[in-house]
Amino acid sequence: MTFWSDPINFVAQWLRDVFTGWGWSSGLANAIILLLGALVLVSFAMLLDIFLVWIERKVVARFQDRLGPNRVGPFGIFQPFADIVKLILKEDITPVGADKLVYNLAPILSLTSVLLLWAILPLAATIYGADLNVALLYLVAAGALGTLSIIMAGWSSNNKYALLGAFRMVASMVSYEIPMVVALLIPTIITGSMSVREITLAQGDGGVWFFIVAPLATVIFLISAIAELGRSPFDLNEAESEIVAGFHIEYTGMKFGLFYAGELLHAFTFGGFLAILFFGGYRFFGLENLHPLVGAIIFLVKALIGYWVIMWVKYTVPRIRIDHMLGFNWKFLTPLSLVVLMVTAVLNQALAGSETWVYALVMFLANVVVGWLTLEILRAYSRSQRKAEEPVVESVAQAAHH
Amino acid sequence: MTAIQILFILSAVVILGAAVMVVSTKNLVHAALYLVAALFGVAVLFALLDATFLTVVQVVVYIGAIAILFIFAIMLTRREMRDQGEQLNRGWGAAALIGLLTFGGLFMLLSSWRGFNGTAAALPSGFDGVVELGAALVSTDAFVLPFEVASVLLLAALIGAVYVAGTKK
Amino acid sequence: MQSEWLYIGLFLLVGIFIPVAAIVISALLGPKKPNPIKQSTYECGMETVGVNWVQFKAPYYIFALIFLIFDVETVFLFPWAIALNQSQPGVLGVFVAVEGVIFILILLAGLVYAWRKGALEWM
Repeated sequence: MTFWSDPINFVAQWLRDVFTGWGWSSGLANAIILLLGALVLVSFAMLLDIFLVWIERKVVARFQDRLGPNRVGPFGIFQPFADIVKLILKEDITPVGADKLVYNLAPILSLTSVLLLWAILPLAATIYGADLNVALLYLVAAGALGTLSIIMAGWSSNNKYALLGAFRMVASMVSYEIPMVVALLIPTIITGSMSVREITLAQGDGGVWFFIVAPLATVIFLISAIAELGRSPFDLNEAESEIVAGFHIEYTGMKFGLFYAGELLHAFTFGGFLAILFFGGYRFFGLENLHPLVGAIIFLVKALIGYWVIMWVKYTVPRIRIDHMLGFNWKFLTPLSLVVLMVTAVLNQALAGSETWVYALVMFLANVVVGWLTLEILRAYSRSQRKAEEPVVESVAQAAHH
Repeated sequence: MTAIQILFILSAVVILGAAVMVVSTKNLVHAALYLVAALFGVAVLFALLDATFLTVVQVVVYIGAIAILFIFAIMLTRREMRDQGEQLNRGWGAAALIGLLTFGGLFMLLSSWRGFNGTAAALPSGFDGVVELGAALVSTDAFVLPFEVASVLLLAALIGAVYVAGTKK
Repeated sequence: MQSEWLYIGLFLLVGIFIPVAAIVISALLGPKKPNPIKQSTYECGMETVGVNWVQFKAPYYIFALIFLIFDVETVFLFPWAIALNQSQPGVLGVFVAVEGVIFILILLAGLVYAWRKGALEWM
């Protein structure tokens, strides 16, 4: 192992030698190295977050036919730094009757729950934090802490809009967690492991990217991830036309900034998980073998593409009503995801030991059949709905005519 | 004292402190949040015991679902967020005595068990608890029947919940 | 796995430290000039009516209950999903898959029941 072939682990090994050279026990040296690793990764995530503010503002501007920030630095790239200075210098207002402790804890927990996800992201073959054997459930667990932070913010603000926003958000988050978890089960079945590292490894060297094997699961994961993020079309939590900003209505200055930073980083991280679970993670046709940092760059680019898709959906699709949102989840997405799960499980067992291309082809065709059947059922349902509504529409038209 | 023992004592203090606050605070939402802290402490204990699966399940199910359910229930049923009544009733002395006696009895009973102050054998390297659990859940020699019965239990719970909630309308 | 959890625990500490530092810096540098109007509850400029902790619609609770049951179900399914790939190929392997399918079908029956009873409607 030299510095050039694997810089991160080389530095870690070097530090370990230095620390043990000072007479520290190996356990302490290890803990300090892990702490330094966590510090570096969190700092990197926060720097990336600052960059994401700029991307988000530029992209939304383009979607809305504007230029976006373009005054501070080339292409406005230093705009987020100006934003940060402004956020820090803003007065921090705590509304009357707010529950001080919970009110201050909520933004911290919100950002922490997102940062925790970075602990398990495999950035490259040799650059990864914790290789948990239950990483996918860990992802759901971190989401649970995020849900809690939202309910804390909404309740402690002593504001009806905030409480309404928090309740809507929690209702949508907990509902869409079911299809998301079921979509997470599908890579688990194919790989036979919950570790994100194993899942990435299974998609290279003789394996195919899982979006070919499980296209429906990819779509279900994307939809439920958007709902979990509370982004449009599922952004009822901060529906600005009715409840102003939802759960963070009373937050000002840096505390608002933490919610905002958490939201952007969350969206990017889910883009990253989309890349890991269904698009090969840091793998790109052997290019990642050149150097670990190339793998990390491939991963970040894929995550950015996933983030871009989430933004694309956000700025294109209008917000939906809460009854439609919950109905869409419980009457459509949850049954569909469970059907896909059952089909995948049975086929995975029936095809055990067959060639990779046969496996991928049969899985893909099974997904196509399930998707086609779903569309047929939906078409028949909407036809019957139209038939039921037609007389009403006609009579209304006649009444208007007279 | 090893690092793990220090961490254990720290999390035990957090769990017990949070648990005392759950029953002593007057604010119901605060009680629910202290409960979350206690449950999180239990997750830390599972992590110290190397029970990876239980750690995440503890957070996913207890914090992600049950605590949320509690908070929803508080907001649905109570007009007052504050409990106005007394925190203690007249029987608190007797209750404390019984609590102490139970603790002492359990302590005596368990101290004769050899696992009480022994050290558990280290897990074999490469041991994956989730794989073992999965194999046990689907094996006909082990827990496949309880696995299926669990789904019937969940079905009964779901039907019960829908029925009870439905009659209110 | 313990070194993994140690890393995640340290990550948690760092992850808490960063937002706390941001809030503390902002509290030190920002102005502090509170007044009653500024601190009043913001509800689009309307005077706040009644208590702020209002009671909520029952459907929120029903959805949370249904969610809880499906959440526990999916937790059971994860070990099963891992066991699938570890089991022997052939008929025995398909049998393992069928065990899970039965498990899911029983719960889908519950979902259908909730649907038919109107528990999935927002009323």
